[in-house]
Amino acid sequence: MEKIEAKEVNFHYGDFHALKNISMEIPRNKVVAFIGPSGCGKSTFLRLFNRMNDLVPGARLSGKILIDGKDIYAPDVQVDELRKDVGMVFQRPNPFPKSIFENVAYGLRVNGIKDKEFIAGKVEEALKGAALWNEVKEKLNASAYALSGGQQQRLCIARAMAVSPSVLLMDEPASALDPISTAKIEELICEMRDKVTIVIVTHNMQQASRVSDKTAFFYMGEMIEYDDTKLIFTNPRKEATQNYITGRFG
Amino acid sequence: MVKFVESELSQLKREVDQMWTLVYNQLEQSQSAVLDLDRTIAQQIMVRERRVDAFELKIDSDVEDFIALFTPVAVDLRFVLAMLKINGDLERIGDYADGIARFVRDTDMETMDPELIGRLQVKEMFEVVLKMLGELQEALRTEDAAKATAVLSMDERLDSINKASASILADYAREHPEAIPFCLGFGGVFRKLERTGDHLTNIAEEIVFYVDAKVLKHKELNG
Repeated sequence: MEKIEAKEVNFHYGDFHALKNISMEIPRNKVVAFIGPSGCGKSTFLRLFNRMNDLVPGARLSGKILIDGKDIYAPDVQVDELRKDVGMVFQRPNPFPKSIFENVAYGLRVNGIKDKEFIAGKVEEALKGAALWNEVKEKLNASAYALSGGQQQRLCIARAMAVSPSVLLMDEPASALDPISTAKIEELICEMRDKVTIVIVTHNMQQASRVSDKTAFFYMGEMIEYDDTKLIFTNPRKEATQNYITGRFG
Repeated sequence: MVKFVESELSQLKREVDQMWTLVYNQLEQSQSAVLDLDRTIAQQIMVRERRVDAFELKIDSDVEDFIALFTPVAVDLRFVLAMLKINGDLERIGDYADGIARFVRDTDMETMDPELIGRLQVKEMFEVVLKMLGELQEALRTEDAAKATAVLSMDERLDSINKASASILADYAREHPEAIPFCLGFGGVFRKLERTGDHLTNIAEEIVFYVDAKVLKHKELNG
């Protein structure tokens, strides 16, 4: 069974048909990149995987999205439970106005975990997993806002990973970062793929080609092409894909 | 595509085309030099060889810059990779033309034996090589993979003429012992033309790779 399956997904914002009949399968423990020009629907599609469009006024979804074979829009699904399993990292780092430690511990605490030793162990594990531990271990009680942008983004990844999700969604996670911080995030993505299935939206073609196993190209709400990343960037089947990745678009 | 990137690609294609024309002329001139044992033409070829080398360095450097600055993908990546390899092949063909010119300069023979030339089919060999070179230049200009593929089978004729040349030259050397050094040197001309055919085959494969993203290397023609 594939980790994520989308079946004939259509999505509307009011009258605007944002996603048009998209079906795709995302394999377990792989990194899948969504690329396409602004407004093509890639972020909208990504946000459907943890139901972040539910409260958008006028939003309407048809079709099915399955994670581990379970329809995540079924009436019995608890959204907060779903989001424990499907973490999200955004374009701009968004740490809470709390200490570094508390940022990572937050997800565990809201899940009812009170064992201090367990929480401390999980925080350390998550910070090590996000390649941030060595930089913050001496100042865990300092404000998360005291960290640099790149460190804050890794903190957000640690926060997302602390509750052991099986899917991590990343919406342009490095677009606001300098090249060194970007390289660290990309390295993390490659290391984390053993533990989670990662779906990343990016405008950076080289980033998509460096970190992902498969790439999907979206245009005007349609998924034009979805294939192995190596094929997409060497010999795409569709002319529109080639025009986009070579910069000949529109 | 951003216009300046398109313009860089066009410029690269233009440079390869110019080098191609230069190498074609070198090879065409080497034919005249050999058939007439014309040492003046041979000398001109050797002088112009430096221009071929300079072209190779310029194209190498431009390809490196393009990859570093524009990070090409898909058809653009295949194009620059193909240009890099074709550049190397053209330079080697230029070397062969130069090598043929050096044979003409160094041989003691004053005139060619027309009967020997006829039997060796050296004129036909040059014509096949030049036809392949010209057709491939046109195939790249028009991005015509079918035209490039059609050239591949012509290489067989070069192989057979080259193969036959060894025994013809050996017989001639036996009959004309004074011509043994000439025959040994002349055998080198056939080998160079046969090797030129191999490089032209590589070029045809690179054009197909660029245009159709198909890899023909190490595959039988009808396989």
